[in-house]
Amino acid sequence: MTTGQHYIILGGVLAALLTIAPGLIWLERRLLALWQDRYGPNRAGPFGVLIVLADTIKLFFKEDWVPPFADRKVFIIAPAIVAITVLMSFVIVPFAPGVIVVDLNIGILFFLAMSSMGAYSIILGGWASNNKYALLGAMRGAAQMISYEVFMGLSLMGVVLLTGSFSLVDIVEAQRGMWFVVPQFAGFITFLIAGIAETHRLPFDIPEAESELIAGFHAEYSGMKFGMFFVGEYLGITLISSLVVCLFFGGWLGPAFLPPLAWFALKTFAFIMLFILLRASLPRPRYDQLMAFGWKVLLPVTLLNLLITAAIKLT
Amino acid sequence: MNTDLLIFFTSGAVAIVATILVITQYNMIHALLYLIVSFLALAVVFYVLGAPFAAALEVIVYAGAIVVLIIFVIMMLNLKKDAEEQEKSWLTPSVWIGPGILCAILMAEILYVLLAGGFEGNATQAVGAREVGRSLYGPYLIAVELSGLLLMAGTIGAYHLGRQRRKVIHRFLEMTDE
Repeated sequence: MTTGQHYIILGGVLAALLTIAPGLIWLERRLLALWQDRYGPNRAGPFGVLIVLADTIKLFFKEDWVPPFADRKVFIIAPAIVAITVLMSFVIVPFAPGVIVVDLNIGILFFLAMSSMGAYSIILGGWASNNKYALLGAMRGAAQMISYEVFMGLSLMGVVLLTGSFSLVDIVEAQRGMWFVVPQFAGFITFLIAGIAETHRLPFDIPEAESELIAGFHAEYSGMKFGMFFVGEYLGITLISSLVVCLFFGGWLGPAFLPPLAWFALKTFAFIMLFILLRASLPRPRYDQLMAFGWKVLLPVTLLNLLITAAIKLT
Repeated sequence: MNTDLLIFFTSGAVAIVATILVITQYNMIHALLYLIVSFLALAVVFYVLGAPFAAALEVIVYAGAIVVLIIFVIMMLNLKKDAEEQEKSWLTPSVWIGPGILCAILMAEILYVLLAGGFEGNATQAVGAREVGRSLYGPYLIAVELSGLLLMAGTIGAYHLGRQRRKVIHRFLEMTDE
């Protein structure tokens, strides 16, 4: 690959992601409205698409307020961390054959590293706000993210075992015969659940929990700093969806009548819709229920899955 | 000078500066932030030296999990201005004498080694996940098993300490289960 092509891919990926994130905000609001039997945003532009533009302009013109009691430097860094780490994770995602920013040999581990770094945006944001609701949200977020990272990493290892490589390109190529969702069904379910918890989306949005913690860790944020958390969340959804597709649903593989990139986009889109449907339909569990479910159900399931996969692989 | 060497020295310098800042920061959370930076810089050093797996683990385990746990504890303790004052009173110039001498000895040793042998550069071969796994479950099996045992004991101990006895609100309620 020449340097020129590399830059084109880099620019293309960035441009696509930064369009998808605001697009998803509109999509989510429309879909939620559809499922909850109301109109949703339908005034600005065709089907209300321009609501995103209006929202962005509003966010930019809002006062960029740092509370006097906040820890100024950390308060400003925190929202940047989430956007940076999620965007960095996309580096290892293969969108189509050859369309990947860097095919790292530690591939999936890089994603795990970045997602564990992403936890800091919640923790530091909540702590720097110096507000009891924000701090409560941050503590819940910290506990939730470090525990669900464990299952996330372990649930991936089944796929890594079957492929014998951490590289996502190799993982996708290994699924030519059969998608990994069939032999690794338990791994898929645990990864999906852990992924939802990792992006702290409903039903696992316990760090923000509007009804009990106002807005949790980002209660003190306004303007574009809040916008960063928001964009980070939607990028996170896209990231987890595309990883699920790469790891368990054959990535770009599919019948030849559509180009590989289209298959990848279609599958990812289906998972994004699933994320939104989950938000529309499921209630939020209590904090202790979330923890108990993680450690008492998901951990044994992932460990068993790993043991059985390893045993089958050995024989 | 090739780029690998340049990256090695810059990230090494970042790691050293960040680690010094960890010690000199009065605010605990700020110190931990520099600790994360130091771990990340170390991960880059590992990567450049040809150990991508160790680099990834450094970020996932140290920067990702352990520091989060420490921050979690510090947030629970809710240290405010008093703690900062206390830190300030501890970090007097006389505290630096002991560590300073020890560091000077180490520095002299490093300088001696460097002057005698010279810097080898990154002549090592890449150590991936496969090699790490082979050596962990080959020659170092006993160490792995022993640390597993230790961690198990730690988990059980933590569980024992954290266990709460069921509170009986009223003697009539004693018979009812939770």
